[in-house]
Amino acid sequence: MTSSNSLHQTAQADTCMSLQNVTISYGSFEAVRNVFVDIPRGKVTAFIGPSGCGKSTVLRGLNRMNDLIPGCTLKGKVIFDGMDLYDSRVDPVEVRRRIGMVFQKPNPFPKTIYENIAFGARINGYRGNMDELVERSLRKAAVWDECKDKLQESGFALSGGQQQRLCIARAIATEPEVILMDEPCSALDPISTLKIEETMHELKRSYTIVIVTHNMQQAVRVADMTAFYNAEAVDGGSGKVGYLVEFDRTESIFNSPTQQATLDYVSGRFG
Amino acid sequence: MTSFPQVPQAHSASSLFDRGTLFFKPSLGRNLFNSICTSIAGLFATIAVLPLVLVLLYVLVQGGRLITPSLFTQLPPAPGMSGGGIGNAMIGTVVVTLIASLLAIPIGVGGGIYLSEYNRSGWFAQVVRFCNDVLAGVPSIISGVFVYGLIVATRIFFGQSYSAMAGGIALSVLMLPTVIKTTDEGLKLVPQELRWGAFGVGASQVVTILKVVLPAAFTPIATGVVLAIARAAGETAPLIFTALFSPFWPEGIFNPIASMSVLIYNFAIMPYAPQNQLAWAASFVLVVMILAANLLARWITRVNRT
Amino acid sequence: MSSLSTPAAVPESPAGAYTLRRRPMSEKLLDGGFRNLTMGLAALVATVLLAILITVFSGAREAIAEFGTSFLTSSAWDPVNEKYGAFTAIYGTLVSSFLALLLAVPLGIGTAIFITEDIIPSSLREAIGLMVELLAAIPSVVLGLWAIFVMEPAIRPLLNLSHKLLGWTPFFNTVPQGPGMAPAILILVVMVLPIITAIARDALNQVPIELRQGAYGIGTTRWGAIFNIILPAAISAIVGGVMLALGRAMGETMAVTMIIGNALNFNVSLLAPGNTIASMLANQFGEADGIQVSALMYAGLILMLLTFVVNVAAQWIVRKLSLRY
Repeated sequence: MTSSNSLHQTAQADTCMSLQNVTISYGSFEAVRNVFVDIPRGKVTAFIGPSGCGKSTVLRGLNRMNDLIPGCTLKGKVIFDGMDLYDSRVDPVEVRRRIGMVFQKPNPFPKTIYENIAFGARINGYRGNMDELVERSLRKAAVWDECKDKLQESGFALSGGQQQRLCIARAIATEPEVILMDEPCSALDPISTLKIEETMHELKRSYTIVIVTHNMQQAVRVADMTAFYNAEAVDGGSGKVGYLVEFDRTESIFNSPTQQATLDYVSGRFG
Repeated sequence: MTSFPQVPQAHSASSLFDRGTLFFKPSLGRNLFNSICTSIAGLFATIAVLPLVLVLLYVLVQGGRLITPSLFTQLPPAPGMSGGGIGNAMIGTVVVTLIASLLAIPIGVGGGIYLSEYNRSGWFAQVVRFCNDVLAGVPSIISGVFVYGLIVATRIFFGQSYSAMAGGIALSVLMLPTVIKTTDEGLKLVPQELRWGAFGVGASQVVTILKVVLPAAFTPIATGVVLAIARAAGETAPLIFTALFSPFWPEGIFNPIASMSVLIYNFAIMPYAPQNQLAWAASFVLVVMILAANLLARWITRVNRT
Repeated sequence: MSSLSTPAAVPESPAGAYTLRRRPMSEKLLDGGFRNLTMGLAALVATVLLAILITVFSGAREAIAEFGTSFLTSSAWDPVNEKYGAFTAIYGTLVSSFLALLLAVPLGIGTAIFITEDIIPSSLREAIGLMVELLAAIPSVVLGLWAIFVMEPAIRPLLNLSHKLLGWTPFFNTVPQGPGMAPAILILVVMVLPIITAIARDALNQVPIELRQGAYGIGTTRWGAIFNIILPAAISAIVGGVMLALGRAMGETMAVTMIIGNALNFNVSLLAPGNTIASMLANQFGEADGIQVSALMYAGLILMLLTFVVNVAAQWIVRKLSLRY
């Protein structure tokens, strides 16, 4: 694999999640194949690449959200906490309680802002002071000031950017160890995007973050590590199969990539 | 699963929540609750399909064994007598349903065109849509009462009281809301660009609607119409005191006429076994016809989607 | 038209090739005429509804003048002395449809969840959905036939048992003897189940996938997501569907008429024969004359008003209470 040299370099660091030869298919169609990545703890890892390269598919594979897509199967191992997440004995609900997720489109629940936060904490068995947790979570997600006077209003009363930060607050209220973000800013305006990036800088002190982004500038701004995925046509198949090209420190990916495809992509020659 | 030395054991990121292993624990409260709920839902789904299976089974077994050529060619026997067939009732069902269709389909498609193409959100369209929804909710027996009061009791057709025509009109009252609704909603699915394209080459509105928009919405409208016809063919309540019943072959559309649904009703509550048997046989024919129409509607949808 | 493929060789159209550059008067008339025609057809719907109301109301006028509001509370139905009160039938209509709903709502929603929430393979889901839809297509009169000859004899032991165990309550204090309120309620359940299931299924399918992902993403179990997120998001459409089913149950005629026993006397027991407005109309209208026709029309008017209120409430609920998501 082309990524194997960088794999060795990062394996020494404190690894939080480790993807080992992961191949994900929809039915008989392979979306992405043979991915090896070690995601370091307490850092922001970005997945970049052209559309259709399978970066979101891999991200969803990290907390078994792909289980919800009929016909989606994963081969290989996703090691977290010393355990393969795809072991038949593993409870996907338990996985998602420890690996939270923020989605591409803001998706607050049709409940009040307060309940949006409290719901997740409650089902995770939170016993502390709920008001405190709601405030702390909203503050961490940098949306407290906008929300504090309308905690009992519907989550839909907020703007798109505020809704997305509410979803981030909802995710951190359950205190996961890892937060997955699937293009969290793609539906937002530049100012909201900037605010969410600031939030991410705060969050990486306490959480491991994995973010999928189609915006290379965003990867440069927020990520410590970057994985570049690409897609190639396969013999006999109609679609393209995604694969990992290169995984390294973000500066290296953008300034001195070892692969020609990476250089072409980050310098804007395709994608 | 301890053979991955490069992966450190979990540090406790949080003391607020109870973190166990990632393994699935069936005895956990939430997992128990989950499996109980899933079992209940499965049980309910089984109960929901059970009646169909049982009804079909009995209709096919009880009715199916009576299917003989004479069933289709003979008149029903006099009460207490055996033998005979339901030939007149089959013709009657076709005649009454045909009358209803000839009335309800042009009116319904026309009204649906108006709602979708000429007046989507004006007050008049709102009123018509509201009336249509109310009409769809009017009990079928009321439509029988209505036609009885309007046509049968007033002897408006050549001094005739009960007639196939009256039955057909009562059924058309039931079909009309369905036809309007499916036309209205089927036409709304046609993309606006198609209309613009037709107007763009100078087509008038009539031509645009009849030659471009209506054909594009053929599938959903045809599906809805087939289902409405199937439903009308099985209706009984509007016919009992409009078309009434007749033990004879049909004598034109301004005389009482037999129909399979009324035959089932009349013969089911008679204390004679041969009549009960004929009710099962008629049910068999009716159910096969209606299920065939339903599968046809499904087939129309599927063929045109691919 | 074949020359279109070689644009360079397309000859100029001869002068006057397009004869309809200016729309003829006839086409404009046709355009306007068609519009008016469809408008008239649309108006016919409102006319029919109005005509139904007027016909039933004018038919009922004699009885309304004679019996007034006591018609609603009196349970006398006496063609010999021409004394009429519809309480038995109104009570039967309300009790049979509400109890049927009480049984059908959990069954229908449970089935809808079972065939929307990815519990079983999709082919099986579609098969169950198809079967429930086909059940809705079975004519009422066929279900009535089945209820008389198959269902009622089959459940008689159960009804006997309920009489034995609960006979001390007024609701079960008669010995079941064939047709009655209880079998009528059960056949109503069979008839409204497809409506509730179909509407609940559509409502659940419309809950956006993002909302489900959000719920699963913070670690809910399947039923945690269903009870806390998915059902609340779909509740308005489901309640609307339940109301529509209630309207249908109140007006349902044939199957009920064939199995309810058409009793003229009031009896609170569910095991005794009862009556509903619709079955009373089906049973008596053909042979009625004089003021009995008017009394039946009066009962029909009440049935219309009941279903009208329920149906309008259903539409209102769907429109006003629907959550935005």
